Amino acid sequence: MSMKKISKTGFGEFITHIINTDGNVYGVQAKTEAKGDRFAFGPLTSADDLRLDYDVTLSPPKKYLLPPKETLVKYEVGGGYESSICKCKSILIGVHPYDLVAIKQMDELFSQDEYDTHYMTRRRNTTIIACDVAKASPNVFASSMGTATVTDGYDILLTDIGGAYVAHAATEKGEALLTEAAPSAGDATEADIAARKAVQDKNDTGLNQHELKCGPADIPGLLEKGYDSPVWEEKAATCYSCGSCNLTCPTCYCFDVQDDVAWSLKEGARHRAWDGCLLENFANVAGDHNFRKKREARYRHRLYRKGSYIPKKLGGEIACVGCGRCVGACLPDIANPVAVYNQLLEETK
Amino acid sequence: MCECSCADKKDIYLPALATVSKQELLNDTEMYLHLQLDSGEPLGHAAGQFVEVSVAGLGEAPISVSSSPTQDGFELVVRNVGSVTNAIHNLKAGDKLGIRGPYGSGYGIDELKGKDLVFICGGIGLVPQRSLINYVIDNRGDFGAVTILQGTKDYTQRFFTDELARWDAMDDITMLETIDEAHPEWSGNVGVVTTLIPKIDIDLTQAAILVCGPPIMYKFVLITMKEKNVAKENIFVNLERRMKCGVGKCGHCQMNGQYVCQSGPVYRYSDLDNIPEAI
Repeated sequence: MSMKKISKTGFGEFITHIINTDGNVYGVQAKTEAKGDRFAFGPLTSADDLRLDYDVTLSPPKKYLLPPKETLVKYEVGGGYESSICKCKSILIGVHPYDLVAIKQMDELFSQDEYDTHYMTRRRNTTIIACDVAKASPNVFASSMGTATVTDGYDILLTDIGGAYVAHAATEKGEALLTEAAPSAGDATEADIAARKAVQDKNDTGLNQHELKCGPADIPGLLEKGYDSPVWEEKAATCYSCGSCNLTCPTCYCFDVQDDVAWSLKEGARHRAWDGCLLENFANVAGDHNFRKKREARYRHRLYRKGSYIPKKLGGEIACVGCGRCVGACLPDIANPVAVYNQLLEETK
Repeated sequence: MCECSCADKKDIYLPALATVSKQELLNDTEMYLHLQLDSGEPLGHAAGQFVEVSVAGLGEAPISVSSSPTQDGFELVVRNVGSVTNAIHNLKAGDKLGIRGPYGSGYGIDELKGKDLVFICGGIGLVPQRSLINYVIDNRGDFGAVTILQGTKDYTQRFFTDELARWDAMDDITMLETIDEAHPEWSGNVGVVTTLIPKIDIDLTQAAILVCGPPIMYKFVLITMKEKNVAKENIFVNLERRMKCGVGKCGHCQMNGQYVCQSGPVYRYSDLDNIPEAI
């Protein structure tokens, strides 16, 4: 697949062309008014609004693949059920490598065992234009997790090399889009490719505001010994059970299923909506019995899901990609996975 | 990412319609339903599996299948504890329900063949166990001695009493029943279900022990089994969790690394050694 160079002046045309294609186009934009100097994915209507120099978005791009609320089936009350599968086409612009790793994990989790047509249809209809990280966010630790750069998982990857972007198409879909939207882009020179590599090399070690003192592959072993560690109770002592860590996590995908009935009382829909294992009633069963009643049990469950349970479904890959969003979102400042894993490492020395 | 065509895949969240062919309130809280899938196909379940029962407008609830796979149609017993189950209590013959499944691993019949079986049931723990009990009765030659222990909190909550009497009358089944609190109409054993264990006259160490009941019951049954030197490998427990999606995605039923909706709800006790959240 090709490696093209798009000049900064030609880049606006490239993005404008994409905005004008059919389907929804979402890109990273600054949220200067409402959220201060922060960034978010949102519908992109102008190339000028796109900010590929962002550090991290408030919430991950997973919302376009697993929407916060999504209709699964529609029904007539007392009658039959009908699948509701969204077939709309989308293009995401500006997805960072760590978020790509998270999306790749969700692709596997929603397709293995029981195949989830709702997620997978959206995924197959989504084109991802990723970009290498241009600025480290205050809490990123992707370098520790080995997720600071990627070689696949995107259709096109953009790397800002100063005066231009290097665009790498990794799929047929990406190649076609690149040819169509940037017809005048020439092949990247050796110097451009070297500049691209320099950006990636820098990110491989430089996106590390919290340093994990072991390799990610050591995490399952640490957790195997750490189930009764005091760390769970210590950290969870100030947990609000608010679920912000779940909400901002690119690899959290637990959901609740709810029914709504229309005013006519004749028809309705069944939705799934994001849920969070830190929320108090997550493991409630009939009769109000809660299988994870204590905060420390819920807090521990999240870290075990990321570092032990989900990796077993992913061939060992850790389900924490080091985006650092949970660290920033957690009010009592207890969510940092690196702090927990490092403490476990100390305890087991 | 998967390269297959999504259009060829069925929607795992889409319920099939089933029609209630018979319903009966068994006691104050338990509703019995006999159902047939509208497709005319059998449910195709194994003993111990469950289905997601769907009431349009209210939601879904995971319910154990109570009937044996050898029977026509399928049966559920539902306690009215929430909005979905309350609505199920209002159903009449001819009404429709949505069904997804069957889900879960079931009892693993092949591992039980040739063994003496001891069923220990507490309250509505009888409901899923009944699917295996009636399967065993219909394939009696494949199994050894059968002992059924049923404990119920109070006399008025007893259900399937005709069926219990039928099992009791069978020469090749030992049926022992108890209620927790004495009642003027009850002349049988009084006490919790573990008080029946000393009355079992087979070698427990050689039998498969199948347990289903409220969480507190497991603790006492498992202690008793340990005292009787029954190996953990020979004990099978049926665990309850909030199996919201039934297909290993939503995360609600997770018990440490196990998705109960897939690897359970029936577990070999020895497989739960590294699952501290199990019981």
